[in-house]
Parts: sequence; structure tokens; C-alpha cells
Amino acid sequence: MSRVLLIEDHHTVREGLRIALTRQGHTVEAFETGEKALAHLSAAPADVVVLDLMLPGMDGFEVCRRIRANQDLPIIMLTARDDDMDVVAGLEAGADDYVVKPVQARVLEARIRAVLRRSTTRAADPVALAEERHRELTIDRAALVVRKDGAPVGLAPTELRLLLELSATPGRVYSRQQLLEAVWEQGYLGDSRLVDACVQRLRAKIENDTTAPVYVQTVRGFGYRFGPL
Amino acid sequence: MTRWGLGLRGRLLLAFAMLGLTTTALVAGVSYGQARTVVLQKAQDAAVLSLVDEVTRLDPVRELPPSPEQLNAIVAALAEGPDAAAVLYRDGYASSGLHPSEIPQPLRAEVRDGRVVWQRFSRDGTPTLAIGTQLRTKRPDGSTEPTGIEVYRLHPLADEQHSIDQLAALAWSTGAASLVLAVLLALLAARGVLRPVSELGRAARRLGEGDLKTRATVHGSDELAGVALIFNQTAERLERQVGELRRMEADARRFVADVSHELRTPLAAMTAVTDVLDEEAERLPGDAGKAARLVSQETQNLAQLVEDLIEISRFDAGTAALACDDIDVGAAIRATLRSRGWTDQVTIALPDRVLAWLDPRRLDVIVANLVGNALRHGAAPVTVDLRAVDGWVEVTVSDYGPGLTPEVRDHVFDRFYKADSARSRSEGAGLGLAIALENARLHGGTLVAGNRSPHGAVFSLRVPRGGTA
Repeated sequence: MSRVLLIEDHHTVREGLRIALTRQGHTVEAFETGEKALAHLSAAPADVVVLDLMLPGMDGFEVCRRIRANQDLPIIMLTARDDDMDVVAGLEAGADDYVVKPVQARVLEARIRAVLRRSTTRAADPVALAEERHRELTIDRAALVVRKDGAPVGLAPTELRLLLELSATPGRVYSRQQLLEAVWEQGYLGDSRLVDACVQRLRAKIENDTTAPVYVQTVRGFGYRFGPL
Repeated sequence: MTRWGLGLRGRLLLAFAMLGLTTTALVAGVSYGQARTVVLQKAQDAAVLSLVDEVTRLDPVRELPPSPEQLNAIVAALAEGPDAAAVLYRDGYASSGLHPSEIPQPLRAEVRDGRVVWQRFSRDGTPTLAIGTQLRTKRPDGSTEPTGIEVYRLHPLADEQHSIDQLAALAWSTGAASLVLAVLLALLAARGVLRPVSELGRAARRLGEGDLKTRATVHGSDELAGVALIFNQTAERLERQVGELRRMEADARRFVADVSHELRTPLAAMTAVTDVLDEEAERLPGDAGKAARLVSQETQNLAQLVEDLIEISRFDAGTAALACDDIDVGAAIRATLRSRGWTDQVTIALPDRVLAWLDPRRLDVIVANLVGNALRHGAAPVTVDLRAVDGWVEVTVSDYGPGLTPEVRDHVFDRFYKADSARSRSEGAGLGLAIALENARLHGGTLVAGNRSPHGAVFSLRVPRGGTA
């Protein structure tokens, strides 16, 4: 079904997740260290990465950054409930989503499906064939390509989905919950920090000045909106 | 307060005033009396001697009875200055400034017997000394004999009385001054005693209020300083013991947290495969299938228990943090019910667009706990109401079950408390409501348990709309 790269240092947890994900129909490559996983990834592509943050040697954040530096494949972090700061750091390092350990196989499976949908599905609106122009930014909803001043911008699937969602109706304010529902498929039980972290990463890629964003603007107390330009 | 309703200050003042008054009265009284006696005695002696002396120096009376001229001459010689005099012989008399009837009768009787006598009496309000004697005549052999001529002189003691009055006035003013001094001294002493006492009182109150670092100031080395010293030693011991207890409690809590964290890894591995077990249980024969389902179910319970313990540890350690967001509370509650498949079992009254600044995950934990409990322990219909009152959001979860007995109500938020141990053994460890309460408090809100009329339990969550952040 899809190729999952699993990085988890605890043998039994790794084995348990490997069994569970394999049963769901995924092809699972499991590694105990980030170094081994990165070496493998450079040779054989994967569709999604499931990454434990607490790793011996190179830690999960560094692994996350290295993957992000080369590829836009979705990354799901495995974290403990009381590692709130780690969650923030992991999201800033580029992770798309996170699940709290101990995690049941069906919960992890649902998250994997959600991130995969973001990277594969096309825009729902078939009418928008032409490229949209928003100042220097060009958004091609059909080809899922974003250009800035003509040069393609490398966006991770979640960042792209967020931009597509916001730019579909420029000027409309979206609450974090609405964005969680639309992009992460999590709604009210999701973590709004997912949205905030993703907005930060998106701004770093498309804004000229991240301290004074023009494309993705914050509406204090409500959420975010695209423009007005 | 005290036996007489007086404070320490009042009692000290009273004692000092009494002491001052008594001492002054005693000293002034005795010296007044003594001085009066001495002054009067001296005046009296002088007056008597002077009369006797004057009488002997009078011209001797050659023959008896004396002629009125002679009597007049004697009176004239004796009545000098303010003094009045009288000379009596049988029925005849001569006087200056007084009538013979004014002379006290007992005096006359003694004078007739030949003695020199004196007596003090009040004459028209003036203390007066009356002195009486007989004129004596010399015999040829040199001895003297009384002539029967009585001589009296009244000597007013006005000057002496004036001196004595001055003495009395002096005694009074000295008494008043010493009373004032005594009161001042009493106030000073009271201040000296009362300041350390009230300082000690304040220190004791602070200690009682839980400020175990409180120490009293030790002034000097008197008994009060001793009390302050003992107070300080006691406070020190108390602080040490409480510190020890707190340290032990913190150790115990850290132990629970550490154990919970250690349990997490094996549980993570087991949890990952519970779905596999559940699916395979369908195909496993008889007891093997039941065993697989049991292991799966209990693994999830154990995982929940460990997560609850870690959560409680974080509240205890004060490291629980809010991740707030603008929440449509009604929508959040619906999401909680939907995600647990409770939508059909719960009656809801949730107005739209009740916005609040809350941590959605923690709100989910609270609502899920309350509704879960109502479904398990109460009876249908379970209702969830949402109201916005002023700056607060109120979520009420109620059921139509038997309600809470007073005993249950008092302990329902205690950790590991189970109202019905036989029934709820497999339904969570009893940390749910404790965690819900901590979550409510973290938001600066309250969670209270009660009963509704006619029967059924009600749990009310109140949290500020703006949050505490």
C-alpha cells in the first residue's frame, strides 16, 4: 500500500509497530537509529516517516531536519504525553503531525492515511484550471505547484494543503479548529500547535519578511487568513 | 479576656497607681502628722514658758485681796500682741480681749488646784492655746505659795495653723506628682513588656498561618526573651519536620512518576499490537480467543492508568501547562461525544458560538470523564448543558440515577476513590475525576459535585471565558 520508514530505538515497540503496520498493508522498513534510516532513505524512497523523537545518537529533531532538507515526504512524530516542549520543537523541525505513545495501531494508521491524502489528492475544485496569481506567488491547484517569482517553492504536503486551503478564499478568516479539521482531519480534538508550527514553516518559505507576513496573516484571537494583498 | 476584664496594660497601670498612691499617702500622712505635732508642741512650750516667766516677773502682790487696779495692771502686762488675758480672784476679775466664761471649765479647776495647765481649743474657728496658772507669792523662807489669783492667757495659733496648712498642701501636691510619675512609669513598663508580647503574638499567628520561616525577635535576656527563644526553637523544629515530610512526599511522588515512565515503553509495545490481538481473537478457538481479548483490554486499561498517573504527577509537580485556544465550547463538547460514540446516549443543550479561551485537550478530558461517569454510574437520560454567564462558561453534566450519598460526595474527587468497589473494578482506576478537577483548576475554574431534584447526580464545571493566561 505505502512504504513506511519506521525509526524507533526500543526493540519491542519497533517490533510491535512493525507488526501492526504490516498487517494494515504497509511495507515497513524499521530502523533503530536515525543514521541507519537516513542511509537507507537516500537509496530507497519512502512515502511516510514514523519517527521516535528520543533516539540514541542523532536525535529525532535532527533526523527530521535532515529529511526535510532533501525531501517533502510527510513525517509523523512519536512522542510521550509529557513532552510538550518536544512536540513544539519537533513541529518546528518540520514534522507534519504527531501521535502520543502508547499508540494503538488504528490511531497511527488513521494519521498515516491523513498525511498521505494530503500529498496525493488533487484540489477538489475542477474549475480552477488556470494558475492563480497572488502578487509574486503563483498557485497551480491542478499540478499542486507553487511558484514564487517564477521559481518553484518546495512545500511539504501539509504546508501545501494549508496554503491551498487558505488561498481558496482570500481574506476569509479560518480558526485553528477549522484548519485542523480541513488539513489534518482532526478537528476539535487536535492540537492547534500543529497549525501554528505549519504556518511558521510556510511563512519561512513564501514570505519576504516573516516578521511582517503578507500572504498568511495572523488575526489575533481568531486564526489566520490569506491576504488581503 | 482577663479576670477583671482588663488587659495586661490596664492591670499594670492600676497596680502602679495603687502603689504610688499608697506610698505617697503613707509618707505624706506620717510626715504631716509628725510635723504638725512638732510645730504645735514648740509653740505651746514657748507660750507656756513665756507666761510662767512673765508671771514671776510681775510686781508681787503684797496683800489679798488685790485691788481692781492691781488686777487691771496685771492684765495689761500680760495681754500683748494678739494674745488675750484675764485675771480672776474669787468673784472679781479683769480681762482684755476675752470674757472669763470663755475659759474652758476643766482648765479653771486645775488652775485652782495650783498647777500650770494648758489646753488647745477652737475659738471662733481659730485654734487657740489657753494657758492658766496662779500667781504665787514668796514666803520669807524663799519658798512660794499660791495666792488664789488665777491668770489666763489665750494665745492664737493662727501662724502655726498656716504653716501646717502649707505642709498639707505640699503633701497633696507631692502625692499628685508621684501619682503622675507612677502612671508614666507604669506606661513605660507596660510598653516594655507588651511590645515583645505582641511581637510574639504576631509571630505565633504567622506560624499558624503556615509561614514556617517565622522567627520572633529576642530582646535582652529576660523571661520574655526566654519565651521568644523557646518559640524560635519550636518553630525551627516544626519547619525541619514539615520540610522532612514534604521531602518524603515529594520522593514518593517522584517514585510514582519514575515507575510510570518505566512502564510506558513496554506498554507502548503492547498497545501497538492490541488491535492485532483483537482481530485475531475472532479466529482463535474458545479460551485462546477470550484470553487474547482479555490481554488486549487490560493492556489498554493499564496504559490508561499509567498515563493518568503521569498526568497526576505533572499536576503534583506543577509542570502541567495549558495550551489554550479560542474554542467553540459547544462544538468541542459535540466532538468529545462523537469521538467516543456517545452522541446517541446523551441529551445535549449546547448553544452555538459560546467561545472561550481554553485548552481543548483538557476540556475533552474533563467532559469525557463527567459524561463517562454519568453513563456508567447514573441512569438515562444523561444531559450536558452549556451556559455562558458573565465572564464564565458553565458546563453541567447530570443524570437521573440515584445521585451521590453525602459520603460519596465528599470523596468523589479523591484519587483512587471508588463509590462502589464491586462494580467499578474494571472501569478505570478512579483517577478520572481527580484529573478532571485538576484540569478545571488549571484553567482557574471549579468543578463541583451535587445532586439534582428529585434524584440524580450533577457535576458542574465553571471556567473563566478569558482563561487565566
